[in-house]
Amino acid sequence: MKSAVIVFPGLNRDRDMIAALEKVTGEKPHLAWHGDSDLPDVDLVVVPGGFSYGDYLRAGAIAARSPMLKRVKEHADRGGLTLGVCNGFQILTETGLLPGALMRNRDLKFLCKVIHLKAENTTSPFTSAYKGHEAFPCPIAHHDGNYFIDPDGLKALEDNNQIAFRYCDENGNVTLEANPNGSIENIAGITNKQGNVLGMMPHPENLIEAAHGGIEGRYIFDSLVAAVA
Amino acid sequence: MLKNQNIEITPELIASHGLNEEEYAKILELIGREPTYTELGIFSAMWNEHCSYKSSKKWLKTLPTTGDRVIHGPGENAGVVDIDDGQAVVFKMESHNHPSYIEPYQGAATGVGGILRDVFTMGARPIAAMNALRFGAPDHEKTRHLVSGVVAGVGGYGNSFGVPTVGGEVEFDPRYNGNILVNAFAAGLADADKIFLCAAKGVGLPIVYLGAKTGRDGVGGATMASAEFGDDIDEKRPTVQVGDPFTEKCLLEACLELMQTGAVIAIQDMGAAGLTCSAVEMGAQGNLGVELYLDDVPTREEAMTAYEMMLSESQERMLMVLDPEKEDVAKAIFHKWDLDFAIVGKTTDDLRFRVIHEGAEVANLPIKDLGDEAPEYDRPRAAYPAPSTLGEIDSNIDIAQALLTLVGNANGASRRWVWEQYDTLIQGNSVQVPGGDAGVVRVEGADGKKALAFSVDVTPRYCEANPREGGKQAVAECWRNLSAVGALPLAATDNLNFGNPEKPEIMEQFSQAILGIGDACRALEFPIVSGNVSLYNETNGIGILPTPAIGGVGLLKDWAKMMTLSFKEEGEVILLIGEKGTHLGQSALLRDCFNRIEGDAPTVDLEKEAKHGALIRDLIDQQQLTACHDLSDGGLVVALAEMAMKGKIGAQLELSNDLGELFGEDQARYIVTVKSDNLESVLAAAKVQNVPVTQLGTVGGDKLEAKDIFAVSVAELSDFHESWFPDYMAAEAAQ
Repeated sequence: MKSAVIVFPGLNRDRDMIAALEKVTGEKPHLAWHGDSDLPDVDLVVVPGGFSYGDYLRAGAIAARSPMLKRVKEHADRGGLTLGVCNGFQILTETGLLPGALMRNRDLKFLCKVIHLKAENTTSPFTSAYKGHEAFPCPIAHHDGNYFIDPDGLKALEDNNQIAFRYCDENGNVTLEANPNGSIENIAGITNKQGNVLGMMPHPENLIEAAHGGIEGRYIFDSLVAAVA
Repeated sequence: MLKNQNIEITPELIASHGLNEEEYAKILELIGREPTYTELGIFSAMWNEHCSYKSSKKWLKTLPTTGDRVIHGPGENAGVVDIDDGQAVVFKMESHNHPSYIEPYQGAATGVGGILRDVFTMGARPIAAMNALRFGAPDHEKTRHLVSGVVAGVGGYGNSFGVPTVGGEVEFDPRYNGNILVNAFAAGLADADKIFLCAAKGVGLPIVYLGAKTGRDGVGGATMASAEFGDDIDEKRPTVQVGDPFTEKCLLEACLELMQTGAVIAIQDMGAAGLTCSAVEMGAQGNLGVELYLDDVPTREEAMTAYEMMLSESQERMLMVLDPEKEDVAKAIFHKWDLDFAIVGKTTDDLRFRVIHEGAEVANLPIKDLGDEAPEYDRPRAAYPAPSTLGEIDSNIDIAQALLTLVGNANGASRRWVWEQYDTLIQGNSVQVPGGDAGVVRVEGADGKKALAFSVDVTPRYCEANPREGGKQAVAECWRNLSAVGALPLAATDNLNFGNPEKPEIMEQFSQAILGIGDACRALEFPIVSGNVSLYNETNGIGILPTPAIGGVGLLKDWAKMMTLSFKEEGEVILLIGEKGTHLGQSALLRDCFNRIEGDAPTVDLEKEAKHGALIRDLIDQQQLTACHDLSDGGLVVALAEMAMKGKIGAQLELSNDLGELFGEDQARYIVTVKSDNLESVLAAAKVQNVPVTQLGTVGGDKLEAKDIFAVSVAELSDFHESWFPDYMAAEAAQ
């Protein structure tokens, strides 16, 4: 699988994402600098996490307006697989590639911990490998992960099977207590209507080897490899 | 002709620069004339306590700073220690106490920024951070606000910059009511043969300014300008700098990229006293003169004077000496990262420090004398009061209640509320996060097994009762925490926070604590490779508790063998390594359950520390243990409770009801668990090494239970332990 990782100044989980892609796919991703105007033809484009441009405006707002995001949008519009994690998810909502918005966490604090996720949809190109592993622990680390969408939008997400992950307890129950940041309906990740763009707040790239305490993050990349094979 | 900005050098002006009469006389003698206003500012910046270590130098010299693995000790931006395979760990700890009390968020944030810069200036990519925080009494009116701001500031900077925070300390005591402590630690990874230093080399080479622009922030911070000079310095401007982690992250990437090109000859970050200190150090350490052209310094405010530019403490700035042939390469890299790049001076061969502004020379000073001739004091010391006598202790107490108090009060409760606001997982190498004895981070670029352990420790109440033993204990506890995860302790950094050194009793406290640190570092082969001194931590004449924080680094050959403190499985045998407890002086039990602060600090037997620690590390390396935890505050019972809570499993214990045995804080002790199959071999190994071992019981059940003494459910312990911090902070909104 050929992949590209978009690099903005201020991102800081780009190295984690590059390492994960290399470990799982065996291929080094192409690094696309934000100021460049070309994006090579790849199977997967990843917008990783961090604080693009310091997130001094709304999280992801400045990056969403950079020239490189136009190329990412073209790639996604052509049906190309596109993954946004954490700040990447915020950037993809800011560009309009994904619906809804990510607001400040319910407790107004940065929160880093291992939560549990439930894969709600195991038919997308990002999540097929989660069949049989529907509930799993995964790290989060964000200040603005409180997903919000209006009632019509929420209904559309549910009707189209666009909700990829929800926060749950260790037994897979989606409960209020298991919601770390106040996201509506415990939503942790969504796809676009076509299913080729996924945005998620948790960090699968920090969950791919024994040293991470689990390998369930790999399944996203495994699913993608299977999807492009 | 030197330009003096038409400011008369009066005794008041001199005093307001923190220079006494003697010091001013020395300046006159050194330069043979009256200094200009800018020169006065430069002397004040170089000769203040923070930069010159004038009160502490005599004592710092007594510390052991060398060792087989030490590549660079104190004197550089950070210490550098060999970790095999051609790699080195670069680390330091530094205080940002005063700014954090005035403006907790920015004060703490820029403290983190400063220490990260110290590390990457040397060519190391930061891989771990820690912080040691001390606040006033929880019921003091300012405490909540300070906790909330400092924690958010530490997180705000470190999280955005992208370094995992893997350890730290948070303590409350009324003695910090008017003077909190914010000590930030950072460690980075570098190739051992690619360490960058600040000494300039070569005459006539360009000195380049990199990073953010210079503003008026922090000008008053170093010089304590008095009200009379309002025309020169905007007094209303906060003396606390504002941090910009985004720029710092760009600066990190740009510097590391530039260092790879071979263009960097010398590099120095602009920290305290900004441009002055960095330029003087580069020249003085390289035996060269420096000429600066202030008109070329990128500024973000208009009409800045030479004085302001020389003393600004604006953040995220660097000074470099560059290979002139690679200037274009360097410029391109910095422009790529949208950072300022300006040639602001050159090296000279005359050992003068010249500053030129608007066509006129505003300073012309002997560069070596600014550092070498800085005052050094042997401040008077007075006999330190002997520790108070430990009175009778009523042994007829409810042990279970005492345990719940100790794990559930301000100083014993879980710090989860704090560290969940820090990104502990970024970079994907954190194999042990806060909440254990030490943070552990895998090392990239080697065999994938190597890891580094980090811990920061000090017990200020011990240091107050007995500075020498307290100094030893801080080192011993840090060393023990590293050993408890299976790491070989390599070296340490010290952050010495004390009161006013002009008080003979404080000076004695300070010198004794350093001697104690030295004793322990020598005995444990744990040299001090970097550090920072913060004096004058006093408010209204009341000094803080003496707080010499020790940040240590240890090496694990294989992180898969790393030990954690949680109880693992039913039936495993619990052992105490080291002697039974007896010492209740200055204990947490006495303070928190009896409201008494009495007695001597526990004695640190360094020979036993070394022996017991070596046994623990051997047993971990041989995979004989299933859990390990060092004993500290609260002694045996608190340590057992922490292991039970972390493992969510209880224990059946055989203990006496002797308070010393249960809660004594004697040193050189660990609790370990072993599988019953390994019990004999562990006992035999201890016997060979002549280390005392006591079998305490077995892991199992949902209660921590000692027959006829106490029984508490693990769930109740956890409830007490986890709820104090969030409940306390939640009251913020209600206030």
